[in-house]
Amino acid sequence: MSIWEYANPVKFMRTSGAILPWIGAGAAVCTVTGLAWGFLTPDDYRQGSTVKIVFLHVPAAMMAINIWVMMLAASLIWLIRRHHVSALAAKAAAPIGAVMTLIGLITGAVWGQPMWGTWWEWDPRLTSFLILLLFYIGYIALWSAVEDPDSAADLTAVLCLVGSVFALLSRYAVLFWNQGLHQGASLSVQSGERMSAVYRYPLYLTMLGFGLLFLALMLVRTRTEIRRRRLAALQARELRA
Amino acid sequence: MIELGKYAGAVLGAYGLSLAVLGGLIWQTLAANLRARRDLERQENRG
Amino acid sequence: MIALLRRDLRLAVRAGGGFGLGVAFFLILCSLVPFGVGPDSGALQPIAPGILWLGALLACLLSLDRIFALDHEDGSLDLLATSPLPLEGAVAIKALAHWITTGLPLIVAAPLFGILLHLPAGAIPSLLVSLLVGTPALSMLGAFGAAVTVGLRRGGLLLSLLVLPLYIPTLIFGTEMIRRGQQGGDAATPLLFLAGITAGVLAVIPFAAAAALRVNLR
Repeated sequence: MSIWEYANPVKFMRTSGAILPWIGAGAAVCTVTGLAWGFLTPDDYRQGSTVKIVFLHVPAAMMAINIWVMMLAASLIWLIRRHHVSALAAKAAAPIGAVMTLIGLITGAVWGQPMWGTWWEWDPRLTSFLILLLFYIGYIALWSAVEDPDSAADLTAVLCLVGSVFALLSRYAVLFWNQGLHQGASLSVQSGERMSAVYRYPLYLTMLGFGLLFLALMLVRTRTEIRRRRLAALQARELRA
Repeated sequence: MIELGKYAGAVLGAYGLSLAVLGGLIWQTLAANLRARRDLERQENRG
Repeated sequence: MIALLRRDLRLAVRAGGGFGLGVAFFLILCSLVPFGVGPDSGALQPIAPGILWLGALLACLLSLDRIFALDHEDGSLDLLATSPLPLEGAVAIKALAHWITTGLPLIVAAPLFGILLHLPAGAIPSLLVSLLVGTPALSMLGAFGAAVTVGLRRGGLLLSLLVLPLYIPTLIFGTEMIRRGQQGGDAATPLLFLAGITAGVLAVIPFAAAAALRVNLR
């Protein structure tokens, strides 16, 4: 048994089909319970009820970054070992990442309006998320623009590598450019000002839920891509016959 | 009913917008998957 | 390599104002800005570094698709790929040619446009140095974007969508350097960052661009 067995589309389809219902159910349970639990938490003494937005904001922001990292890993696997499933998984993940980034930005804006008194602030964290969204959009646009599937996979993989470097570079460049308004990490281990347990546990649950949700969506989308690829291959064979 | 205080609009707006976007993504994913599966089955049954 | 550089330069000149067009665009942009924000020097002065850098960015972007598109159409790109010259070298030379035809004229013209936008004389040296150090990175990244989109029919818009986010770090450090030069602050830190980005881009991006070109020529 090795993970490379799943580079075989048939094997991938069989295994992913078998585990998908479980992951989907887990995602639904964790997300719904976590959000409901988060909704029932008491108000923060400074933020009032807006503290409830954190249960969407933090998991979405976390996933936005993690999905890009996952796409980077999948692109590298595609470039090095030429496994088609890997390239398709990267393609499948990109729209989910873009949506997560968008949710992070939307919830941040809605929270910032009453708390900071502004929808938008050119703060390093906010700005780098906007830049991340731009990179997601460029990546998705390139996938849809290139017709030959293998060329598209190659080009987007190279773009993902270069984009990762520049996304990281931009992250530190904007830090240099403007000092922030955004608070530090919500869940850092050594931070002095930790979130209280009342908020922490539902947050963990929604983070788990968003992770599972991404996994389920990514698997479904990859399966869609594999089916489309197979359909195209069948049609091409029919045309030739 | 939970008391949301003066920030009710912000909280409900954030949840509403996010869940709408997320729901749209899930719907699009499932619809595309269903379409791909149906097209593929039709093709396989024909050939 | 020298021959390729000379050929590209000659083609750019013959194609009708390869040198002039970018500068003309830059001039138009700099003269349109005061219409947009008002002629008040108090309003123009703070935004002058940003406008100058954005102008350089957009002028550079305009001519990017020409780096590879023409050679791709007439097949000379395939010849380049099969020639003994490594494709990475060819990419670097083509980026250099692009920089000489668009970046260099911009740098020469920039002080003039700085005056138009009421940039104080003290900031002119930092404007020149920042453009001189930063624009090679723009050309090289642009060559990467052009290499990725070379085979596409509607590549132009996609090219700007892909390339502009890559320009962000250069833009940030470039304008920051002029701003500090304007206020008499310490301009060395942004200059070092800018130079670091350019050096890294020049070292690494030719390989990425050549890889993209090879995919598109397959």
